[in-house]
Amino acid sequence: MPVEQQEILAALAEIINEETGVATDAVQPDKAFTEDLDIDSLSMMTIVVNAEERFGIRIPDDDVKNLRTVGDAVGYISSASV
Amino acid sequence: MVNARRVVVTGLGATTPLGGDVKTTWDGVLHGRSGVTGLDPDWVSRYDLPVSFACRLAEPAEERLTRSEWKRLDPSGRFALVASREAWADAGRPELDAERLGVALASGIGGVWTLLEAYDTLRDRGPRRVLPMTVPMLMPNGPAAAVGLEIGARAGVRAPVSACSSGAEAIAMAFDMIRTGKADVVLAGGTEAAIHSVTVAGFAAMQALSTRNDEPERASRPYDVDRDGFVMGEGAAALVLESEEHARARGARVYGELAGAGITSDAHHIAAPDPVGAGASRAMRAALADGDISPRDVVHVNAHATSTPVGDVAEVAAIRAALGDAADGVAVSATKSMTGHLLGAAGALEAVFTVLALEQRVAPPTINLDTKDPEADIDVVGATPRPLGDGDLVGVNNSFGFGGHNVALAFRNVA
Repeated sequence: MPVEQQEILAALAEIINEETGVATDAVQPDKAFTEDLDIDSLSMMTIVVNAEERFGIRIPDDDVKNLRTVGDAVGYISSASV
Repeated sequence: MVNARRVVVTGLGATTPLGGDVKTTWDGVLHGRSGVTGLDPDWVSRYDLPVSFACRLAEPAEERLTRSEWKRLDPSGRFALVASREAWADAGRPELDAERLGVALASGIGGVWTLLEAYDTLRDRGPRRVLPMTVPMLMPNGPAAAVGLEIGARAGVRAPVSACSSGAEAIAMAFDMIRTGKADVVLAGGTEAAIHSVTVAGFAAMQALSTRNDEPERASRPYDVDRDGFVMGEGAAALVLESEEHARARGARVYGELAGAGITSDAHHIAAPDPVGAGASRAMRAALADGDISPRDVVHVNAHATSTPVGDVAEVAAIRAALGDAADGVAVSATKSMTGHLLGAAGALEAVFTVLALEQRVAPPTINLDTKDPEADIDVVGATPRPLGDGDLVGVNNSFGFGGHNVALAFRNVA
């Protein structure tokens, strides 16, 4: 994974940990938010708000639906951050 | 109530201006400590508040909760969770069918901090920055729901609001749930986190708060001739109530019995109490009748006594009317002199104090009582705790709320 994406992953893991208590090292690209990390929809919405703030981007609700795994989110944030 | 199931207290928890748990708080009470500290000097100067002190929590909630727990709760929910966890652990975390376990827990004012901060966020940064958890955090049933989720309660999670009697009313509701067979164990309590510049301004505008800014530790002075209003407090307290047979079957440690409860209403004024205390006296008599208790059995009253000129003496009239001649034999304690007025949590915290007073056979002191008001014609425990003697002891905890709500709880020690 490119360095910039590693940084995004680390920052996202912190956001997820703050919101849900899930350990940062459990936040890996192949993990699905719902099925693997047990993150409910309200937590997901909060993570989105915090990610928008942290990365200075906007993630429309329709796009959030397509972010099934951590890797999907990292890729999305990376593209949106250019 | 004849043939009713007996209800006992098997766990206690609290986080208060005197300490982050029951032991530290009770120890502070017995030693006559004051929970007063200064308000955020920034608010006082920015808003020119007429009151510069309050009774703030001794131990910050963030020291007792994980970051993610803390972030998902209004401060009133945080305090409730801390106190409830202590009470639940104290009761031995009983294992029972979730459908036989309930919660009854309320605050007087609700998630005011969350509401006001969310409004600021909306105005400064727009709706997308308003956190998704805002509504669950500001809703007044939030603390009760969070506690219910924590212990897995499915027999009903109740949040009966009645201003400064909310905590006591929650205990009375839990009592009912068990006696009517709807639950075997109910975690009951009250919480409040309303020390915000707007609520301080609001209470001050009603002239309900003491403005003794030069001597804040002496401001909360129930029954004293120079009292000038109450001191705002914050915190939470919780009790585990259980049917006696359930408690005995599992060998639980029993602190005492909740023997009776009385709830009445004044229909007098939206905030002021009835000056002759008619509704309050009916509540006390109802609690005694409910527990088949004679006024002569009562040895202790934890008075509501908030240190307001009108309220303190209205309650004295009520105590005399309820107990008659037996009122002379009662040791009255006004613990708000030390803790301040915890609003929705007060009734629950003072229930904890009543239970401990009977169990340990000692009535707590009333501090700052320099010159007793001659109209406070009852026996008030002074600056040092007073032994309560041998045998069966009954104590009554009074809580009255703005709106004319009166709740009296009668506790009894166990042999």
